[in-house]
Amino acid sequence: MKPPAHPLPSLRALAVWRRNFLVWKKLAIPSLLGNLADPMIYLFGLGYGLGGLLPQVGGVSYIAFLAAGTVCASTMNAASFEALYSAFSRMHVQRTWEAIMNAPVTLEDIMAGELLWAAAKATLAGTAILVVIAVLGLIASPLAIWALPVIFLTGLAFAAMGLIVTALAPSYDFFMYYFTLFISPMVLLSGVFFPADQLPPLVQAVAAWLPLTHAVALVRPLLFGEIPGGIAGHLAALAAVAAVAFWIAMTLIRRRLLK
Amino acid sequence: MSPLVVAALRKSYDGREVVAGLNFELQRGECYGLLGPNGAGKTTTLRCCLGLTVPDSGEITLAGEPVPARAREARMKIGVVPQFDNLDPDFTAAENLVVYGRYFGMKDAEIRPKIAGLLDFAGLAGKEDANIRTLSGGMKRRLTLARALVNDPELLLLDEPTTGLDPQARHLIWERLKRLQAQGKTILLTTHFMDEAERLCQRLAIIDDGKMVAEGAPRELIRNHIEAQVVEVYGEDAPAWAAAEAQAYSRRVEVSGETAFCYVGDAAPLLAHLAAWPALRTLHRPANLEDVFLKLTGRELRD
Repeated sequence: MKPPAHPLPSLRALAVWRRNFLVWKKLAIPSLLGNLADPMIYLFGLGYGLGGLLPQVGGVSYIAFLAAGTVCASTMNAASFEALYSAFSRMHVQRTWEAIMNAPVTLEDIMAGELLWAAAKATLAGTAILVVIAVLGLIASPLAIWALPVIFLTGLAFAAMGLIVTALAPSYDFFMYYFTLFISPMVLLSGVFFPADQLPPLVQAVAAWLPLTHAVALVRPLLFGEIPGGIAGHLAALAAVAAVAFWIAMTLIRRRLLK
Repeated sequence: MSPLVVAALRKSYDGREVVAGLNFELQRGECYGLLGPNGAGKTTTLRCCLGLTVPDSGEITLAGEPVPARAREARMKIGVVPQFDNLDPDFTAAENLVVYGRYFGMKDAEIRPKIAGLLDFAGLAGKEDANIRTLSGGMKRRLTLARALVNDPELLLLDEPTTGLDPQARHLIWERLKRLQAQGKTILLTTHFMDEAERLCQRLAIIDDGKMVAEGAPRELIRNHIEAQVVEVYGEDAPAWAAAEAQAYSRRVEVSGETAFCYVGDAAPLLAHLAAWPALRTLHRPANLEDVFLKLTGRELRD
């Protein structure tokens, strides 16, 4: 018998999204503080500590430079954690997905719900940082409001990539590889802490392909009141990563759970 | 129309055929059991019926819908109690029901008025706000049953519904399943507990190695497949006695450890003979479903 082709996700995905939202709501305050604490420690520690030694970076104070990068890095982290640890708990440990699939909800719906949820949570994390740095006076222009859709798209891209890793993971330990071999180097190469043009040309060429690079290239000018160069290219890159990664994750998860 | 028709179902994993040409059909309002040792293919059959795995060949019609083609539509009309508890540990009992109802496209306003009745049915009246982690195994299983009823299904699929429960909790589940049947619901359950199958099922199929080895009403299976009486003979000397003497007084003898199972039409001659063997203890009883099951599926361990 031929398996049916990938069915498209339906609106039932929203029921999955709402399930995750209801869990989050119970612990919203600690969760938000958790999303803020770590990036803020880096921002203040490096921004004031290291920033005091530097004249200007990219034409602005170092803390303002770093703030824009922190927004993107936090968005990436929040999406990755949700799509890795939390989704894996629901898929493997708690068997929540199994329960949902006994109802008229398909695996495609579940995956779409998880993707949108992780992106939403990442948007919240990125926006929370944005609000804090706005209060600190590190945002130069109302153009910064346009960072929000970029943050959401960044969340989608990293959520989709995270779901690939979840589809392959035998246990939680597996996620360490993803973080140490992919996420951490990316933070250093994508212009979060320093301008990417400080890197050797070969490394710069690699960095140009990283999704976080595109997010930073869009968000940083927007916070400084400039229209980013090459908007369409950066947006297309993030959207392509999200779409391709989600398709791969979907294929792998189907192989894992519907065999 | 039958709530579930399975025809010529086959499914292999890595070259091993787990379901090897299974046929059965449920009648509306009955409780039908799939009885088999571990690894017989029961759970795989259920997964195929739900559209969660694509069979290699065969046809399934669940609640009038072809599966897997229209599995989602079929699942709208059925309830499932899985083998492993997968209630949402982050939610209260009531939240578990509300969230599950949403998966059926139900509005909260539709689900909320049903909660008290569902919990009451599950013997969990007043437990709306109970944390799942504080519930006992039996309570969780009953809440899972209540969750499976949130969409008022016409057919319930239960995968080993009482595995791991204590006798009190099992009896309560059985009583509730009988009540559901009295309300007109059709039930399909898998089990490897004979008493459960004998008590609940009007008809059952004994499955081994992915094939059906017998089908019928429990009493019919006992009548057709096995001698009417069993004399169990225990004791250190039982195997030696069985080898030397048992055949003469029994139609069939099986020895397992220090017990000889003597299957007989009339037990009187055997019992008279055993009176001369005071070291052997005996138990004379009518044959039951377990005897049929062991005869058809063998006594070796399944792991």
